[in-house]
Amino acid sequence: MQAFAYASPTSIQEAVALLSDRWGVADVLAGGTDLLSLLKDYIHTPQRVVNIKNIKELGGIRKTAAGLRIGATVTLAELLASSEVRAEYPSLIQAAQGVKSPQIRNMGTVGGDLCQRPRCWYFRQGFGLLAMKDGRSLVREGDNRYHAIFGNQGPACFVSASSFGPPLVALNARVKLVGPKGERELPVEKFFVIPQSESEREIALRPDEILTEILVPPATNVRNATYEVRQRETLDWPLVTASVALTMKGTAVASARIVLGHVAPIPWRATEAEKLLAGKGLTAAVIQKVAEAATTGATPLSKNAYKVQLVRVAVRRALEAARPKA
Amino acid sequence: MSTPKKPTEAKAKPGEGVSRRGFIRDVGLGTGAVGVALSPTAALCAPPALAGPGPVPVTLTVNGKQHKLELEPRVTLLDALRNYLDYTGAKRVCDRGTCGACTVLLDGKAVYACNILAIEAQGKNIQTVEGLALSPEPDPLIRAFVNNDGLQCGFCTPGFVMAAKAFLAENPNPTLDQIKRAFGGNLCRCGSYNGIRRAILEAAKSAQGGGKNA
Repeated sequence: MQAFAYASPTSIQEAVALLSDRWGVADVLAGGTDLLSLLKDYIHTPQRVVNIKNIKELGGIRKTAAGLRIGATVTLAELLASSEVRAEYPSLIQAAQGVKSPQIRNMGTVGGDLCQRPRCWYFRQGFGLLAMKDGRSLVREGDNRYHAIFGNQGPACFVSASSFGPPLVALNARVKLVGPKGERELPVEKFFVIPQSESEREIALRPDEILTEILVPPATNVRNATYEVRQRETLDWPLVTASVALTMKGTAVASARIVLGHVAPIPWRATEAEKLLAGKGLTAAVIQKVAEAATTGATPLSKNAYKVQLVRVAVRRALEAARPKA
Repeated sequence: MSTPKKPTEAKAKPGEGVSRRGFIRDVGLGTGAVGVALSPTAALCAPPALAGPGPVPVTLTVNGKQHKLELEPRVTLLDALRNYLDYTGAKRVCDRGTCGACTVLLDGKAVYACNILAIEAQGKNIQTVEGLALSPEPDPLIRAFVNNDGLQCGFCTPGFVMAAKAFLAENPNPTLDQIKRAFGGNLCRCGSYNGIRRAILEAAKSAQGGGKNA
């Protein structure tokens, strides 16, 4: 790890003042579960590390008229213990339960989950976010078994590693970002971006901004669930996930949001599947068709076509989990 | 044990298992880092709140005892415990927050010591596996691990024991199935999982004087 100066401010303004308008100068430290590994591997070599865990405003879960407000430094363990989250947002609970290590759940934060860097092994070995060498993609020509099957037509083939990205996009949540010029809000869907060049990042956060809170709309009439297909029961990222949020009208689905995880550089909306499900009841036949529609437009790489089948499985099981109990 | 050691540049690097290549790379980059610290831009935008990058005073409370150290901010809690304080119970294995061998308790919660900077752990109550041997009666967990062959090579054991300590504090009367699902943050390369699970179950029962799952 390269040496750095450290600060532990107690206000958002102080913290923002310690950041830089260029990437690479300063890093924000919350749970540290991803950042410390990036530092140890020299993937990030900042001059300053700004610990935001002592900023009180960034903590806590609060129910408001506009929905649930989740502070960026709320840990996964705190989220799991929240009765408000449990009551209305099973998809968030299921996503948090997917992080199988209690140690990570005790340290890792919801904001950090959204800001974690991709797990692409070329990126983690220092070949850059897009892993290009002499104008050729190491991912396309190399081992891409865990890479993208959607949104991979540009130079980015990694998958978003976020556990909460898919359920938050499905629930139409927003994030609040605070920088030197004030604050702005973005739908989580717009927070994740597909970078087109090596100088870009996979999230819309600017280098001098801090993600301060997540705002989730009320979901009293929204059946929601997350299903993760994973290789093992212990700590690892899933292979494919599906999060669904279904606005119900009686027993039928009025409108649906179906979002896939670990299949694209961003949480991937399965819009064909969403359209197909609108206005229908959740019968086995409908679920089957919707799961098939979720694979529309998939462009697997040389070693990851298996993920197309996992998409069908994840969507079907997420819909079954979200279906009202008879 | 508690004598603070004077940190040297070499000591401030991850000290254990340094390969020759890694050592040369670290020292090379270390020199670069000094350059960064002295560069005029860094000095200009450095508000007074910044500590480091050189050694700064850090006070850690380990098993109830205070230790005053001089550490660079980049030193992890694990390296501080092992290399500066000789608490070698927590093991450095993956050093990437995956294997659980470095598990310690921070204010009662199980965490990876390799994933925390020592400087952030100030003011918190740090418990290591050494703390379980302080009283004349060994912790029931230690006896249970021995009784049930909860280990083979033993390298993962301190991490499992501390993870179990935190787990049992929250779940004093667990079922075997709960135990199976609760230790996804610790790996045992010898595969002694059955013994480990039995040990944790026995420790729970002995602390309860016989539990409902007997």
